[in-house]
Amino acid sequence: MKNKRPINLDIGTIKLPITSYVSILHRVSGVILFFAVALMLWALDVSLESEQSFQSLADRFASPWVKVIIWGALAALAYHVVAGIRHLIMDFGVGEGSFESGRRSAWWVVAFAVIIIASISGWIFLW
Amino acid sequence: MVKSVTSLGRSGLSDWLLQRISAAVMTAYLFFMVGYFFSNPELSYAQWVNLHSSLVMRIFSLLTILSIAAHAWIGMWCVLTDYVTVRLMGPKATAIRMFFQLAMIAIILLYVIWALDILWGI
Repeated sequence: MKNKRPINLDIGTIKLPITSYVSILHRVSGVILFFAVALMLWALDVSLESEQSFQSLADRFASPWVKVIIWGALAALAYHVVAGIRHLIMDFGVGEGSFESGRRSAWWVVAFAVIIIASISGWIFLW
Repeated sequence: MVKSVTSLGRSGLSDWLLQRISAAVMTAYLFFMVGYFFSNPELSYAQWVNLHSSLVMRIFSLLTILSIAAHAWIGMWCVLTDYVTVRLMGPKATAIRMFFQLAMIAIILLYVIWALDILWGI
């Protein structure tokens, strides 16, 4: 392949629409979740090991650093699922007709994700 | 047709379909778990073990970890082949990408084995 081929769309120089941000965040949250699987498996493992280790999970989750890590994993999960459901709906031919409908559904993803992540934050840090 | 040796389904169409089927399985599992925690706020160890020792739940969890494996493989493949490229990173990119792809596959296999060990070791 020739290295000097022109690149017409240099995304570093253009202003990106909301759909691009929703898409790139879907990728970022996906990569985070790849590593978060280890955390979930660890929690499942500890929770099922014995009565004592089941009870000890609550103490481990009380530490502020663990809280921040769990918050990050759950926020990534919430965002990824909401943005993923948008893809699934579009695969059925709904809302993929025009750029305007794509922009609108991208904003819906942002709105739903903000609400769910705010609830998760309240549950982890305040409750 | 160009075939990639490191993609999961070896074709874009089968990867596309697998990505959606696995997404549906994982979403069902997530919704079930969230619903379960909401309806059992005072969850006890006995209840929790009881749930995960039932055959139906073990199969559901197994399908979910297999979905995670397929979904992560396809997703990470997309990300790596999009960004760790010769155009963006120079001539060493192919070797670096191979390293990350193999590491990614190793981690996924580890996850599956770990999950099997948890589910059938209860």
